[in-house]
Amino acid sequence: MVSARARNLALLGALVALLIAFPFVVRGAYPKQVAILVLLYGALGSAWNVVGGYVGRISLGHAAFFGIGAYVTMWLMTAQHITPWIGMAVGSLGAAGLALLIGWPTLRLKGHYFAMATIALGEVLRIVFNDWAFVGGASGLEAPIHVSWATLTFRSQTPYYFIALAFAVLTAGLVAFYVEGKAGYYWQAIRGDESAAASLGVDTARYKMNGLVLSAGVTGLWGGFFAVHVGFVNPDSVFDILISVQMVLVAVLGGIGSLVGPWLGALILLPLGELTRVALGGSGRGVDLLLYALVIVLITVLQPGGILALWRRHGTPRGS
Amino acid sequence: MALLEVRDLTKAFGGLLANDHLSFDVEEGEVLALIGPNGAGKTTLFNCITGQSRPTSGTVAFHGRDITGRAPSATARAGLMRTFQIPRSFTQMSVLDNVMVGALLWERRVGPARERASSVLEMVGLEDRRYVPAGSLNVAGRKRLGLARALATRPTLLLLDEVAGGLNPTEVEALLQVLDRIHGSGVTLVLVEHVLEVVMRMARRVLVLDYGRLIAEGAPGDIVHDDRVIEAYLGRRHAAG
Amino acid sequence: MADVLASGLLNGLVYALIAMGLALIWGIMDVINFAHGEFLMIGMYTAFWLYTLFGLDPVSTFPVAMIVLAFIGFGTYHLIIRHIMTGPPIVQILATFGLSLLLRQLAFLFFSPNYRSLPHTLVHGSLRVAGVQFGLPQAVTAAAALVAAAALFYAIYRTRWGLALLTVAEDRETASLMGVDPGRVNAQVWMVGSAAVGLAGALMTMFFYVFPGVGFNFSLLAFVAVSLGGFGSMLGAFIGGVIIGLVQSLAGFYLDPALQNAVVFGMFLLVLWLRPQGLFGRW
Repeated sequence: MVSARARNLALLGALVALLIAFPFVVRGAYPKQVAILVLLYGALGSAWNVVGGYVGRISLGHAAFFGIGAYVTMWLMTAQHITPWIGMAVGSLGAAGLALLIGWPTLRLKGHYFAMATIALGEVLRIVFNDWAFVGGASGLEAPIHVSWATLTFRSQTPYYFIALAFAVLTAGLVAFYVEGKAGYYWQAIRGDESAAASLGVDTARYKMNGLVLSAGVTGLWGGFFAVHVGFVNPDSVFDILISVQMVLVAVLGGIGSLVGPWLGALILLPLGELTRVALGGSGRGVDLLLYALVIVLITVLQPGGILALWRRHGTPRGS
Repeated sequence: MALLEVRDLTKAFGGLLANDHLSFDVEEGEVLALIGPNGAGKTTLFNCITGQSRPTSGTVAFHGRDITGRAPSATARAGLMRTFQIPRSFTQMSVLDNVMVGALLWERRVGPARERASSVLEMVGLEDRRYVPAGSLNVAGRKRLGLARALATRPTLLLLDEVAGGLNPTEVEALLQVLDRIHGSGVTLVLVEHVLEVVMRMARRVLVLDYGRLIAEGAPGDIVHDDRVIEAYLGRRHAAG
Repeated sequence: MADVLASGLLNGLVYALIAMGLALIWGIMDVINFAHGEFLMIGMYTAFWLYTLFGLDPVSTFPVAMIVLAFIGFGTYHLIIRHIMTGPPIVQILATFGLSLLLRQLAFLFFSPNYRSLPHTLVHGSLRVAGVQFGLPQAVTAAAALVAAAALFYAIYRTRWGLALLTVAEDRETASLMGVDPGRVNAQVWMVGSAAVGLAGALMTMFFYVFPGVGFNFSLLAFVAVSLGGFGSMLGAFIGGVIIGLVQSLAGFYLDPALQNAVVFGMFLLVLWLRPQGLFGRW
C-alpha cells in the first residue's frame, strides 16, 4: 500500500519528466511559446494566490510588481550592461521593495478598498512610466540583439522554455513551502477572521506583509523573465491591468486558495486564449479577451470555487 | 502578587460607563466566575483586559507586568487568552487546522504543532471531528473549538466568555468535565457565565457586575443569596433575603 | 488660471454625477460596480449612434440613454448581482470587473476601436463670462449634472421611495418586515444609478471622444470620488467628484496633462492610506 504522500511525489516526478521531454517531442516554436505562457501565468497566478487566495486580499494591480521587475531587468541590461541573470534578481528585489513600501498602509484596507488601491497603484505606475524619458517613455526599452546565455537572448524557444520551467519549479516549491508551513495556517486564519487570529497571538500585520512581499518578489522575477523573453518593455505591455486580471483569472478559474489551482487555470486558459486568437485571425486581441470576460462572469456567478471545486465535489474528501 | 491585577479599570463609550472603576485580583490556579445581568459590562471587561478595546483609564497587570492597552496578539503571547461569546471559528478551515493556528504560537514547526493540536482536541472531546470544516459544527461544537483553539496557545490564564451559553444539560455536563480537566492541567480560569450550574460547580469565588460596577464578591453559595445581587438581576421587588 | 479652475469645476460636476450613481449602488447595497465606467461608455455610444444614424442631438436623446442604461442596470442586477451579493468580496469584485471587460470587448467588436466624436452638435463653442473662458457643451452638461444630482438628493432624502432605500441600506431584514421589498429596491437602485451615468455619458459626447476603452478611467475616477467622500455618503461623492475635477485640471496645468490622472490616483492612494473613511464616511 503506497502512502498518499509517496503517490503525490511520484505523480509530480512524472509530471516534471513529461515537462522536460516536451520540447524534444514537440516541433516548432509556437507550442513552446504557448507552453512558456502557461508556465508564466501559472507562476504569476500562484504568486497572486498567496495574497488573494491565502491571505484573502484581492489585488487587481499585481502588474505593478510585474512591470517593476521587467523594467529593472531591462534597464540594467540596456543602460548598465548587467546580465539579466543578475537583473532579474534585482528586479525581484525591486518589486519586493515596492511591496514593503506600500504594504503597511494598503494591507490595512478592507476588501474592496484594497482592490481599488491596487488598481490605482498599477495605473499610477503605467502613467508615470509612460511620461518618463529615463525609462524610454511610451516606447520603453529595447534589448540589443546579442545571442548568448549571458544576455538571455536565444534564437530558439527551447532555452527560454527550460529557464521558465526551472523558475516554475522554484515558484511552486517556494509557495508550497510557505503555504504548508506556519505562514500558510496564519494566512488562512487572517483570511477567515483577522481579529480572531490576532487574539490567538498572530502578528497579523507582519504576516500579511510577508505574504505580499513574497508574492511581489516572485511576480517581479517573472516580470524580468518576460522582459528578456519578449526583448522589450513598455508601459502598456507590462503595467497593463489586463495582466493583473489574467493573473487573478487563472487562480480563480483553477481554484483559488489551492496550490494546484493556478497551474490548472493557466493550463486551460492560456491555450484557449491563444486558440481563439489564432482561429479568429484579424479580430486580434478582441475576442480572446471577450472569452476571458465571459469566463470570469460565468465562474463568479455559477461556480466561484473554480474548477477544483467542481472536481472535489465528485472526488473523495481529503484530510487536512 | 496575583496573576492578574485589575486596578480602577474604566471604559467609557461617550457618556456611558461600561466599566466603572473596577478593581480585583485573580489568583494563580483559581477559578473565578464573573456574573451579572446583560449589559453589565462583562464582555467589555474581557475586551479591555486582552486588548480588543483600550481602557479609558485604569491598569491591568499580568504576572506583575503592566499590559494595559496592549494588542491582543501581545497579550496572547504573554499567556493571557480569551474566548468569544459568539464563537469566531475559521469556518473554511478544518477543526484541526483551527486549533493548529493556536498551537503554532509556541510550536515553531507544523509537525509538533499538529501533535499539540491533536492532544488538545482529545482533551475537549473533538478529536473524532478533526477533519470536519469548522463551519459545519453546531453551536456547542464551535464553543468547544474556540476553547480548544485558546488552549492550544498554552495560556496561563484563560478568560471564557459564556462558554456554556446555548448548551443543553448534557452538553453542559460534558463541558464541566472538560473545564475540570483544563483547570487540573494548571490553567487559571475566569468565567463569564449565565448558566448557574457552571458557576456553582466550578467557581470558588464569584464577582458580580451591574451597570459596570462591582457590586458583590464572595463564595458562590453566599452570592446567590445576596440581596444586592438578586436586586440586580430581578429588580427591587424580589429582594426578600 | 481662472479658466483652469472653471474647466475643473465643470468637469468636476460631471464626475460628481457619475460618482453619485456609483455611490447610490454602493451605499444602499454595499456592492461596487466595477463596470460603472462601461455603463457610461454605453450611454455615450447610445447618443453617438442616435446622432450618427438619425441626426438626433444629444440634448434631445439623453433620456433614451437613461432608459437604455436603466434596462442594463436592471438586467445586470437580475442576471449577475443578485447571485453574488451575499458572497465573498472577491466574487463581487470579479463579477462586475468581468462585466466591465465583457462590455468593453463587445463594444470593441461591434463598434470598432476608433475614437469617435460628434462634430456639429446643437450646443457647441465656448463662452466668455466675466473674463473666464469655458466650453458651452461642458457648461450645459455640468448644469444638467447639477440638476440631476439635486433631483437624486431630493429623491433619496425627501421622498418615501428614498426612505425605503435608506431603510434597506440600514437593515435589510427589518426593512422587509416593514413591508419594503429589498429585491425591488435593489433593482430600482441599479436602474437609477445606471440611468444617472447614462445621462452623463450622453451629454458628454458633445465634448468628449467616444471609444470602447473610455470607461476604465471614469470607473477609477468615480471610485476615487466616492472613496474621497466616504462610503455611504451621496453628498460626499458629489463633493469628491468636484474635488477630482479641480485637482485634475490643476495638475494638468501645473505639471503635465499626461500626468493629471496619475496625480488624481496618487491623491487617492494617499487618502486611502491616511483617512480611509473619507470626508463624510460612516466607518
